[in-house]
Amino acid sequence: MKTEKKRRLRRNTRRSLINYAIVIAAYAIVQALNAGGNIKSSLQGQLVPICAYIVMAVSLNLVVGVSGELSLGHAGFMSIGAFTGIVAATALQAAIPMGWVRLLIAMVVGAAFAGLFGLLVGVPVLRLRGDYLAIVTLAFGEIVKNIMNILYVGIDEKGVHIAALEGSRLVLAEGGVPLIKGPMGAVGVAKLSTFTAGFLLVLVTLFVVQNLVDSRAGRAILALRDNRIAAESVGLSVTKYKLMAFVTSAALAGAAGVLYGLNYTGLAAKKFDFNTSILVLVFVVLGGMGNIRGSIIAAALLTILPEALREFADFRMLAYAIVLILVMLATNNPTMQQFFAAVMEKVRGTFRELFQKNGETVKGGGNHE
Amino acid sequence: MSFLSNVISGLSLGSIYAIIALGYTMVYGIAKMLNFAHGDVIMVGAYVCFFAVGTYNLPPIIGVLLAVALCTALGMLIERMAYKPLRQAPSLAVLITAIGVSYFLQNAALLWWGSDPKKFPAFIVVGEQNGISLFDGQLRITYVAIVTVVACVAIMAGLIAFTGRTKMGKAMRACSEDKGAAQLMGINVNATISMTFAIGSALAAIAGVLMCSAYDTLLPTTGSMPGIKAFTAAVFGGIGSIPGAFLGGLLLGVIQIFTQAYLSQELADAIVFAVLIVVLLVKPTGLLGKQIQEKV
Amino acid sequence: MKKFLALFMAAAMVLAMVACGNGGNNANSGTGGNNDQSSTGGNIDGDSTGGAVTLKIGGIGPLTGGVAIYGNATYWGAQVAVDEINAMQSDIRIEYKYEDDEGDNEKAINAYRSLQDWEVDVIYGCTTSAPCVAVAGETFADRYFQLTPSASSTDVTAGRDNVFQICFTDPNQGVTAAKYIAENKMAAKIAVIYNNADPYSTGIYEAFAAEAPNQGLEVVSVSTFSSDENVDFSVQVRDAQSSGAELVFLPIYYTPASNILKQAKDIGYAPKFFGADGMDGILTMAGFDLSLAEGLMLMTPFNAYATDERTVTFIDSYKKLSGGVEPNQFAADGYDCVYAIYEAAKKAGISDGMSHEDICAALISAFTDSGFSVDGLTGSGMVWNTNGEVSKEPVAVVIENGAYVNM
Repeated sequence: MKTEKKRRLRRNTRRSLINYAIVIAAYAIVQALNAGGNIKSSLQGQLVPICAYIVMAVSLNLVVGVSGELSLGHAGFMSIGAFTGIVAATALQAAIPMGWVRLLIAMVVGAAFAGLFGLLVGVPVLRLRGDYLAIVTLAFGEIVKNIMNILYVGIDEKGVHIAALEGSRLVLAEGGVPLIKGPMGAVGVAKLSTFTAGFLLVLVTLFVVQNLVDSRAGRAILALRDNRIAAESVGLSVTKYKLMAFVTSAALAGAAGVLYGLNYTGLAAKKFDFNTSILVLVFVVLGGMGNIRGSIIAAALLTILPEALREFADFRMLAYAIVLILVMLATNNPTMQQFFAAVMEKVRGTFRELFQKNGETVKGGGNHE
Repeated sequence: MSFLSNVISGLSLGSIYAIIALGYTMVYGIAKMLNFAHGDVIMVGAYVCFFAVGTYNLPPIIGVLLAVALCTALGMLIERMAYKPLRQAPSLAVLITAIGVSYFLQNAALLWWGSDPKKFPAFIVVGEQNGISLFDGQLRITYVAIVTVVACVAIMAGLIAFTGRTKMGKAMRACSEDKGAAQLMGINVNATISMTFAIGSALAAIAGVLMCSAYDTLLPTTGSMPGIKAFTAAVFGGIGSIPGAFLGGLLLGVIQIFTQAYLSQELADAIVFAVLIVVLLVKPTGLLGKQIQEKV
Repeated sequence: MKKFLALFMAAAMVLAMVACGNGGNNANSGTGGNNDQSSTGGNIDGDSTGGAVTLKIGGIGPLTGGVAIYGNATYWGAQVAVDEINAMQSDIRIEYKYEDDEGDNEKAINAYRSLQDWEVDVIYGCTTSAPCVAVAGETFADRYFQLTPSASSTDVTAGRDNVFQICFTDPNQGVTAAKYIAENKMAAKIAVIYNNADPYSTGIYEAFAAEAPNQGLEVVSVSTFSSDENVDFSVQVRDAQSSGAELVFLPIYYTPASNILKQAKDIGYAPKFFGADGMDGILTMAGFDLSLAEGLMLMTPFNAYATDERTVTFIDSYKKLSGGVEPNQFAADGYDCVYAIYEAAKKAGISDGMSHEDICAALISAFTDSGFSVDGLTGSGMVWNTNGEVSKEPVAVVIENGAYVNM
């Protein structure tokens, strides 16, 4: 019993370590290629958004995959994070000249605000189940979009000013700058995000999410997902654990929003709409529910895919839709699954043989999962 | 008088939401999936009718029938190609496939029919008039609004009768309760689900024609926003419930118009969705949804 | 299974990255090949291009998504000009490529980056304001010359010396509209219906609302909607009606405007309607009941009913390209953009081998030169100030019998 538990723990740790390794390796490869000038400008421009989407996907996976609640408003938290982060970063421009410090502070602020809203929404809403929860999160996302669209924020020497509905109501002292202009969104943002910052945020996200999932709380969350009634009957608090996952996820989405928002000189609120929430959900489902590694890879690939399809010109989005449908059909087809499983078994077998042979000559050879 | 006008606008808009929501709820009740492509089937139906009536000058009734026939075929085709292979897959996988189908329809329409807006022909007219005036012209009701509301009530009554009385309808209810048991009782589950999609898509075609008759702009993205609103309406009323979808649709339309008229236009969407959240918090399974007892 | 998927995707990602990495070296080779969005004007033979300078113009705008109609118009409109210029066999040959941005900031940056890989010289775009602000931030830092056909917000050009507009700015339109209405004594009581989720519409409205009192106009009703996909305007129209407005100002695009016209007629409300340049195109919609637009006034720089040779030829070529779609003001703006770039390039003496930074500097000084002016479809004698804003004569037209008549 005890050894079984130990083994499981070890397996979890190893899985987590592999995830870190993949991310670090990807970063190293990209940086190396970049140093050699081998990365096209188009891919380079996508590095930061890819990191932001990875964080979005991993954090949404915590809610959808691990906690088992369908959320359709994840982009709402990203929006809150992005805009509060932009305001924080710009307000501190004079006080703190160092870009990365401001980025860090902005991320903390964005995550805090998004987490706070996660808490406000989560407390009443997590009582709902399934599709009802989904529709409430959808409604939340739309509300955030709607409110951001009429919000005007400006900064002058007296501090941050907020007005709603019309830009002319925003009264600023001399030298003040309007920062968020309703439907136009944020303009004149100083770009602070870098690929390295994005990479570090991905690592932090992995650290937070993986440790949460592998902790005592994480096991409680999984138990609640698999059988709510049984879990409740052994004294697990539904609200507490579901809320823990939901708020963590919201805060991480907020940080992703800051990373995303500070990567562009202009950011419009309508970006964070239902379609963006769905886009992130597609990453999660395609990568596998509860599968962190899958989320990372799916987010990276599906962000690159539409750009890689630019050759198709007008047929680009049509091709994207077809690829999406075919992948879903292929990965869920029992015959295909069996076929893939058989192939994998064979590959694994070959590897094992290889390692066993090598193992005789080379002590402590690589360990393949 | 403006209050009455607002009520009529709300009911007219709400009836369109309700017809779309009925299609959503039928499919959800039986196949247990959110068919996000439903809104885009509406768009296809409207385009078919537009070309039949506007370009080929067919009589409007033929145009409507053609739209219904093609959408029914399209719905069954989508079900056969994209959803049936996923019958055993997790529900979220089907949801993503439905989103893929939605993207596909929108972009295919964009390529095929172009991005320029089309104006839907106004054929619900009596003589030269497109509506009736009451109280010295202070209150005007368009014939489209009347037809929409009547069609909506008729469709709801028809669906209730169909699911309650006919053999196929009973088979649908059986599938909705328990697919395995239904199969054991000799019900062809696949045929039943296929039939459900046929009905849902036919309703979508009707909704498309009515929607574009009332609000006549037709674009490849025409179906997406009403689709989301109708999905909201279906959940609002209690998803899977036919009277619930009807009620949810009507209420959503009325709330939307009233919010714009009396509260705030800038925040109309936010307020409508906030009302929805509050209602769901008070009644967690929608207005007329069934409280399902979980078994251990 | 999941593991397999993960592995499969990892492999695909590595492949994609490698492919992208290699692609950097031969980004130039794809031009004018199988990509149907890139055109080099195929009728030029080898001999005549011997001494010609090649200028690569990269366009950005929405070809898919909800605002695709405007992007397609700027895409085709510029294509007409490119074909004309290349057929002239002058000293400058234009290579033209257009990338889709779906009306989204992130996609616009992606489009811009992919044009960089194509080694673009000049950026033509974006079509809509918000993506244009995002791209302008990049072109300003990277030093590319940028000319937008239709992104009319002042935020596009503010503080950036390299970004120019061929359209009127939003505040300019709002102020002009207020003056126009007052000077022609069209009405004293005005209602406004605008889209509060669209920077273009909000920009015009705010300037109009600020200017109206100065002109002695009373704004009696202001109502809004929050998406161009909005279809029900019954509340907004009734609000205008009950306020007793004699004129309804519609600083919005023609698609929602056409719904407002119809719904006003449905309730028997017949005020004067006045639109901005986004209204142009309303007569081109398939199946539109032209009687609804009778008497509608709008400020448009482009008159598709003009009978001068250049307009007629443009409409002819445009319809061939677009498969029968009628051009609107966006298309004409696009056409003028290419000619403006061409004229400026000629004046600046652009030569082969110039870097995009040099081209940028040369074109900026050409555009802001006091002797530089461009005659186009949307105005003659267009000149630019150092802010990048255009100055041309505003034109208002009224629709009579389904055609524009100058007022």
